[in-house]
Amino acid sequence: MKLSRREALWVALGGVASAALANPAFAATVEELTAAFTAGAAPAMDGITLTAPEIAENGNTVPVTVEAPGAVAIFLMATGNPEPAVATFTFGPAAGKQMAATRIRLSKTQDVVALAKMADGSIKQASATVKVTIGGCGG
Amino acid sequence: MADDAKPRVKVPKSAAAGEIVTIKALISHKMESGQRKDAEGKLIPRSIINRFTCDLNGANVIDIAIDPAVSTNPYFEFDALVDAAGEFKFTWYDDDGSVYEDAKTIEVA
Repeated sequence: MKLSRREALWVALGGVASAALANPAFAATVEELTAAFTAGAAPAMDGITLTAPEIAENGNTVPVTVEAPGAVAIFLMATGNPEPAVATFTFGPAAGKQMAATRIRLSKTQDVVALAKMADGSIKQASATVKVTIGGCGG
Repeated sequence: MADDAKPRVKVPKSAAAGEIVTIKALISHKMESGQRKDAEGKLIPRSIINRFTCDLNGANVIDIAIDPAVSTNPYFEFDALVDAAGEFKFTWYDDDGSVYEDAKTIEVA
């Protein structure tokens, strides 16, 4: 992929933003949570669907749906929240589909990341950017 | 908080054997995140539902570990595989130790 100067600048800015995310004041960083869930396995970017709105007017209640056929567990993260962990869905033998929908809080515009753990231990990842007009963490 | 947590669950009345049904579960709860401050600027302590489980005839359907980023009145929608008539059991676990339960029967037509 060839980057124009403008695109390269945005990539560099993105790097700064993700470095800022690794603030030690957080309870657990996105990296720590990811490592804890994946046990170091590299995620594949297919086999999982994360549905979230592009723009959420109210960050207090953002509907999200994740589906990963064959998954044992799905971990949902909001990378820009003060506490990135959102929920972990573990599917039992009576689960019909490896699907779950819920409503979450987003403090600001950010990426929502879903990680699915398959029966064989492999990891699938999907993410979606949600623009938030009014943040949902109070304060 | 324990007094006004009211579960509301939607389950179809009947299903065909082997059918996948969608279940919607909501419980009224303020889900205090532990991030908000009161009028004096003090942090309001965290108080959330931290776990939700659903079982059908003793077999687990879904077990959800919940963090403070789940919205007020936590709502979940998921699918269950119905092999035989029986009872869905729903359980919510509060940070304060309370456990809220609900149950719904389903018939196999």
